[in-house]
This record gives sequence, structure tokens and C-alpha cells, in this order.
Amino acid sequence: MREQQCDYVLKTASERGVRMVRLWFTDVLGNLKSFAISQNELENALNDGMTFDGSSIDGFSRVQESDVLAIPDPDTFQILPFGDKDAAEARVFCDIHHLNGSAFTGDPRQVLRRHVEAARSEGLTFYIAPDIEFFYFTPPQPGERPTPLDFGGYFDLTTRDVTGDLRKQTIRTLEQIGIPVEYSFHEDSPSQQEIDLRHDDALTIADSVMTFRHVVREVAAAHGVYATFMPKPLEGVQGSGMHTHLSLFTGDENAFYDEADEYNLSPLAKSFMAGLLQHAAEITAITNPTVNSYKRLVPGFEAPVHLSWARNNRSGLIRVPIPKRGNPLATRLEYRSPDPSCNPYLAFSLMLAAGLKGVREGYELPVEADANLFELDDRALGKLGIGQLPQSLSEALHVMERSELVHEALGEHIFEWYVRNKRREWMDYKTHVSQFEIDRYLGKL
Amino acid sequence: MTQPESGTLLVVGDQISTELARTLDLSGRTWHGICFEDQSRSTIPDGYWVGAIIDLSADPEAGWSVARNLRRTDRDPIRTLVLVSGAQLSELEHRDELFDDFCLTPFHPTELEARVAHLLASAGPVATKSEVVMYENLALNLETYQASVSEQPLDLTYMEYELLKFLVQNPGKVFSREMLLSRVWGYDYYGGARTVDVHVRRLRAKLGEEHADLLQTVRSVGYRFGRSRWKP
Repeated sequence: MREQQCDYVLKTASERGVRMVRLWFTDVLGNLKSFAISQNELENALNDGMTFDGSSIDGFSRVQESDVLAIPDPDTFQILPFGDKDAAEARVFCDIHHLNGSAFTGDPRQVLRRHVEAARSEGLTFYIAPDIEFFYFTPPQPGERPTPLDFGGYFDLTTRDVTGDLRKQTIRTLEQIGIPVEYSFHEDSPSQQEIDLRHDDALTIADSVMTFRHVVREVAAAHGVYATFMPKPLEGVQGSGMHTHLSLFTGDENAFYDEADEYNLSPLAKSFMAGLLQHAAEITAITNPTVNSYKRLVPGFEAPVHLSWARNNRSGLIRVPIPKRGNPLATRLEYRSPDPSCNPYLAFSLMLAAGLKGVREGYELPVEADANLFELDDRALGKLGIGQLPQSLSEALHVMERSELVHEALGEHIFEWYVRNKRREWMDYKTHVSQFEIDRYLGKL
Repeated sequence: MTQPESGTLLVVGDQISTELARTLDLSGRTWHGICFEDQSRSTIPDGYWVGAIIDLSADPEAGWSVARNLRRTDRDPIRTLVLVSGAQLSELEHRDELFDDFCLTPFHPTELEARVAHLLASAGPVATKSEVVMYENLALNLETYQASVSEQPLDLTYMEYELLKFLVQNPGKVFSREMLLSRVWGYDYYGGARTVDVHVRRLRAKLGEEHADLLQTVRSVGYRFGRSRWKP
């Protein structure tokens, strides 16, 4: 199969006059990285990979073994619809290997590949559909607060609205490169957008999230504005999340569905959900990776705070959406804490690992929490046995450091580097004296 | 393994039956047998084979995968005869592009001899089929792998291209997702029929609003390519 795919890619590149092929991969923090090769190099790259110095990529090599190999995945070869029409450019995602050909342990894409393949060996295919939120702003001067482009709200249809046009063009571009969109609308906050992707297998979706963030920024930049996936750019209004719809299939059967159950959930779905709930705090430093992420996870803004699940309660961590017309194929879990600044490869890997641990060890699902949890105080929640997500990056790292599950799922290399890097981020934040403190204390104390 | 002579007949199967070997030997053919498991055939350059016999009866999946590979060489396709049992005739459906002739097993030696002779006699430049398949303003160039709609290039991945090619070549026919999976992906694909759904959706997205309805969902059956015959 690979041989035929490579043949197809080479022929297409030559027929379409592709000048440059961008080799894409992702660093441990979730930034898209790219280097370009000419069409002449493509055959060589497909056969043998391209060597590069990984030492300056976040979370990649240590200095003594800095050279790594990028091997293109021909299935992801795609001509890009922006740029010069007469000098087409294409991108292809790469897997990173050591020079001896073994999988490079610092490559997030290979981490997800490993988890997806392990699930597959048990006959399970992991499907994901993410709902991605983001903001548009006019480019601010240094030191200025970001300025929204509009003051629309949830589902608003504003006339002659700039953000609506941007969104439309973004969707057209996404569809041209094979990323189907299910819904899109103006979200609750000024200038905030949501675009929901259709489900696909986990690896394809992780690639799509990386492509998505790039396309959204490209289209915005072409219109002189910028787009951000920062989780909470504006105080006092909703932040941006990446609600992630999860399902497992055995062949053509939805392994989460059970007709006989009152929730239509199979035992596998329930223990998967129990696994996610049980280990949610441990994986939060990955699904919510920045200092700013935790300013979104506060009560009152439709972001989850508590470790609970329910069918129609949007204050919980996991929602079980009721499928349209009771379609068995649409039974799924919606994991609501992740935000769009996360590394999707690592985040999806950990969701799968946490859920499957629940399945393998037969975790018991806690009862549904259908009250609005934001209205309950800590004592009432304690009585219900409902805990909370970590309240800061520091707390999340503290829990992650002690997690065998995360250590094992990410591998020593990424685990160790990530905790070290994020500890440093927290220290930088902690030593910063903020405007809040000046305003609050300077005059009074 | 010794390299076969140029002009040899390639014989591939789960194992080569003595019946088959005897028939070929008695008819004076130079032939070279390879079992599915033997990967070394990939080291034999194109142009060695005058024709191929693929025995599908024990393991059709492996057999079709060989047939597909033979068809995908850059050179003229190798004339191919497949052996199938009577119970396997449905295997041949919608795979016309993968073989030139077939013979039922157990075969009669004289019949097989005659078919092989005919296969090799008609070898040489294969009558070239039209290289471009059209449907309305959608065009697929099978030679260059390029697709376009209203003369705008459609940039497809390999599997999207293969799926569209199969459907465009069989307009108006309804295919179940399982059928598409086995015909387009081959059997070695793990993802189940959901794989077909996600590729159809990506194709629709790329075709754009105006042409997305060329790929029609036939409820609880599968997919059909082309406009409905009731709506001209």
C-alpha cells in the first residue's frame, strides 16, 4: 500500500507542478513545525526520510543524539490552497524516527500512533470529533489589551459581519483540504467562534486539529486580523474550549451502545467513562497546558470544574449527548475540559489510555450528577463524592507527576521533559507581579 | 531464488497445485511459481513476465492484492488470468479492471491450456482504454491520477482518489459500504465500513456544495455515484 501511495504522491506533485513540499510535525508543546523541501527531494524523502537537527525543537533530542529522521506519511500528502497558484505548495505530516529507524520517543504523533494501534490490537477503533473555539482580534499594540472585532453573542447572525465572513472562508479552505465541518457559529463571547469537525479516527483528527489551527490563523492573517486559541483571552466572558466527542467501534458496531441500557450505554462505555473520571485530574496538565488554561476552568462560564458526568448537564466534565433519532452509531461521550491550546496527539493519547484503564480494570461508574453543580457548595459536593479538576497549572503538574498512568502513556522522555518545562512556566508566572496585585494592594498596604 | 528468464509466465497462489504445474509443463510453458508468502518477488524487475496466473481459490484477499500490484506497474499491465472456484464467482464482480480472463477450478487441463494460449497470444500492447473518465464536469485522468471539477484541480489523497475512481467508473450502481471497502481498500484494511463513510465525507467536502450530491447516500444500503435518474 505504501508503495502505491508514494507513487501517487510523486505523480501528483509532478503533475500539479508542486514547487515546495512542507514537512510537518509537532513538538511536545503542540506547536506545528515545518521545513520545506523541493519537489526533486520528495522521492528521496518518501523512501529514506529527511535528517534534521532536533536539538532546538521543544522536547525533542538531547544534545548528544540531536539528529533525527522525518519520514513523511504519504496518506497525509495534501496540496495547500493558499499561496501562489502557479507555484503550488503541499504539506505532508511526518513521523519522527531515530537515525537507526526506530520510533523517536519524543514524537507526539508516534505516541498517539502507539495508543491507537494498541486499541486496534484489541479490535477497537477510536473515533473523535472536536468542537474548537477561538477568538478573532485586531492586532494589538504592545502592552494593549486585545480588541474584539464584534460584539455578537451565541448564534448571533450579525449583518455585514466581519467574523462571519472570516469563518465562512475558513470553512471553505478546510473543506478544500478534506477537513469536513459539521457546524459553525458565533459563540457566546465577543468575536468568539466555534467550528465543529466531523468525526474521524483519532490520528487523522489530531492531524486535522494541527491543520485547523494553521488554516484559521492563515485566513485571519490574510485579512489583517489575528486568531488566537488562547483559552481565556478576555476576563469576564467565556473562554475557548475544545470539547472532544469520543467513541470506540468494534468494526462497524459502536462499542459504546447498548439498546437494553436505560442510558443506551454499554458496560464498556460506562467503565471507559469511569476511567476518564478517575484519571481526569492526572491528564489535565496535558489537556489544559498553560497558566491561562485554568482561568477558563472556573464556575459560571460553561466550562467544567467538577469530576462528574450527566446526560444533559453542561456543568459536568463528561456529557453523554442524546443522539438524534436514537441513532446507535452516534452514541458517544463528550469530554469537556480540554482547551484548544493543547497538544492534540498527547491529549487524545491520554483520554484513550485513561478510558481503557477503566475498561481493563472494570471501574465502577459513579451516579449521574444531574443538578447544576455550580449552585452547590463544597460540602454538598463532598457529600455526593464529587471532586474537582486541578485549579492551577501547578496543581495539575503536582497530580501528573505522581501519575503512573500518564508516565506510562507518554513514555519517560516526554513525561520528564514536559513536567520540567511546565514547572519552569509556572515559576515564571509565580514570580511575576501582576496588575491585579498593584491595583489591589499598593495603596492599601 | 534464481532469477526467472525473461518471457516467463508468472504463477501465484497460496500453493501451486501439482495439477496446475503438470498442465503448464505438459503444454511446454516456461513458468515460475511464487507463493503468497514469498516476498522476494518484489525484487524481480518489471518486464520479466509475459503473463500471470493467479490462483484465488485458497486465499482471494492475497490473490487480489497481487493482481492489484501487477496492474499498478508503470509499464503495460501484465495480462492476467485468475483461477476461481464456482462458489467464488462473485469475487469477480466489479473487479473487471484487475484481470483479463478467468477459469473455474477444478479446471480441465485442455481448457486451461487454451485459455493461457489465448491470453499470451493477445499479450503485447493492451488495447488502451480511455485514459480520462468523465461524469458531467468531473474528470479523472487515470494516467496522471489527476481529478478536476469544472476544470479546477481537485487535490485528493490517494485513498480519496481510489474511491472516487471506482465510483466514477460505476455510475448509477449502488454499493454497500462493505463492498466498497473490499473493492477499493482491499481486505487488509482494519477500520471497518466507517472508513468508507469518513472518506465519502472528505470527498464531498472537497467536491464543494455544488457537486457534493454526486456522492449519494442510499439509506441503509450504501452509496451511489451520479445524479438520480429521476432528476435530470
